[in-house]
Amino acid sequence: MYQFSGKIKTFSLTLITIGFLATGWSFYNGLNKTSADAKAALAAEQHGDHGNTAKNHDNSSAKQETHHNDTNEQNAGEKHHASHNHHDTGHSEEEKITHKLHQMHNRPWAALYVSLLFFLGITLLVLAFYAAQRVAQSGWSIVLFRVMEAITANLVPTSIIMLIVIVLTGMHFNHLFTWMSDGVFDKSSQNFDPIVYGKKLWLNTPGWIVRGIFYLLVWNFYRWFIRKNSIAEDTATDIKIFKKNYNASVIFLVFFMFTESMASWDWIMALDPHWFSTLFGWYVLATLLVSALTTIAFVTIYLRSKGYLPKVNDSHIHDLAKFMFGFSVFWTYLWFAQFMLIWYADIPEETTYFVLRFSEYKTLFLSMLVMNFVFPILLLLNSDFKSQPWFVLIGGTVILIGHYVDLFVMIMPGTVGGSWSFGIPELGAALFFLGIFIYTVFSAFAKVNPVPIGNPFLKESEHFHYYNIEHHSSTGENNHH
Amino acid sequence: MSSKVIHALYNDDEVVLKAVKKVKAAHHHIEEVFCPFPVHGLDKAMGLAPTRIAIASFMYGLVGLSIAIWLTWYTMINDWPQDIGGKPNSTWFANMPAFVPIMFEMTVFFAAHLMVITFYLRSRIWPFKEAENPDPRTTDDHFLMEIPVGEDEEELTELLKETGAVEIKVVEVEDTHDH
Repeated sequence: MYQFSGKIKTFSLTLITIGFLATGWSFYNGLNKTSADAKAALAAEQHGDHGNTAKNHDNSSAKQETHHNDTNEQNAGEKHHASHNHHDTGHSEEEKITHKLHQMHNRPWAALYVSLLFFLGITLLVLAFYAAQRVAQSGWSIVLFRVMEAITANLVPTSIIMLIVIVLTGMHFNHLFTWMSDGVFDKSSQNFDPIVYGKKLWLNTPGWIVRGIFYLLVWNFYRWFIRKNSIAEDTATDIKIFKKNYNASVIFLVFFMFTESMASWDWIMALDPHWFSTLFGWYVLATLLVSALTTIAFVTIYLRSKGYLPKVNDSHIHDLAKFMFGFSVFWTYLWFAQFMLIWYADIPEETTYFVLRFSEYKTLFLSMLVMNFVFPILLLLNSDFKSQPWFVLIGGTVILIGHYVDLFVMIMPGTVGGSWSFGIPELGAALFFLGIFIYTVFSAFAKVNPVPIGNPFLKESEHFHYYNIEHHSSTGENNHH
Repeated sequence: MSSKVIHALYNDDEVVLKAVKKVKAAHHHIEEVFCPFPVHGLDKAMGLAPTRIAIASFMYGLVGLSIAIWLTWYTMINDWPQDIGGKPNSTWFANMPAFVPIMFEMTVFFAAHLMVITFYLRSRIWPFKEAENPDPRTTDDHFLMEIPVGEDEEELTELLKETGAVEIKVVEVEDTHDH
């Protein structure tokens, strides 16, 4: 049985402390920014951006033709364009400074939010993948069940933090969601936004808060239920609990498919409230799923190298790597499907999403495609490479960084616009959640038998051997076919 | 010139796989195993060199990709410039997103078809070719292992019986094809 060693405990607590201090500092620093800071930053920016004025002029006139009301508060992306064109649109110097200040105040929140959603999402998708394994009654993955269960333990702390963020956001502690500001739904207000107003059945603060709490509660309930009953399987004398777990997983998966989509509209797509994409939920699912599978592979490889997973052989690693490869391609497919339709149709209210990402986030946006598509293709295409832990680790690291960047590029443009950067706030938040992840996952893994001995498919999983590969490790020796 | 071979028939893929391993372990040369369907791991057990069809397939894919790029460039940009969604189309790259589905399909098309054709050529099969398998039951539910025999006929027969062969016969064959 695995012991939660003092070394890992110290390591994870150190990460949490460093991350917490860095995040605390960036909140203190970010929220204390004054108009003077914003003015200075703006002056520095305008100096650099002088050459772009002509280009932005075109954009703004095109927008006016499509009856966008440029004087209204719009999402950060469009505001950013407008901010270059104050002669045309009547944005005063004052408004620009306020806008810039909002972005500066948003930065620590957005930095925390990216990492929070990244870790919450990965954990949730591990839970969903685990549920899918139960529903499919798959044989190969049983020896990985306790690893997946341990990872889902991270759902509890991330959900609690998400809950706090949801409540604070709803109480206007930040301006992450522009449509939550005053007057957006008030026709007499200067801030009135007809596009968001048209979506008020979905986009309203009380509904947004209630839905968020509802998703988190149900996800956590299933996790609590399945973990408890999975442990109960170990000592069960009949197959009743196994069947009950199957039924619970079916219900959860159906529920998950709806709530995951809805959560990605609420928590990510709503950051750009004028824009929408019908496959956005799928796209976010793909990003998180490939990261979740990589995470399972990483934790498995680590625990196996320490000798705590003697039943896991190279074929299991190979299968995880196949999923990593397959879902990388799936992600690319969805990314491109979303991009191409918008590119092809070329409708201004749709293209704003990509225009902003291409103008302000170009390097990140393009390098993400390389990291999430080209790299996994080249590294994980070969069958032999997929059973080599080292290749999986290298490929997986790039995949994880790539999908963090993907989430970053989804969230940052709508919250901080062009004033993004990767520094102490972003790094601190990432370390903070990584520390929590390591602490919860490994302490949860230490609590129960690493082998789910009560599962009826356990034997099948132990004997799992993909015919085309050799088992290298000594653990797979008795499995030759 | 003629030589003798043993034909051992099996009726289960697991059994024939174990038999192949056992015969190889006793240092006999297995000429061929005829199966009604592919048996995973059989090539490895027989000591055949690993297949290179994956490498070939990758290259065929690249060929398809290149042809797709050339095709879209020639037909849509060069020979008869097409207006794609009202966008400026003077260069291939500016319209690249529209061509991605074509590039994808052509890559898959070339990889798949050329891979099948390669497989046919390497297996020396073509339309109207006379069947080479010595027993028609190998196209239904039987597996046949062909082993050339010299002095050790009896010993080999004994060994094959132990491996679970349902039928063993020694046949004279004309040396028509080179091995």
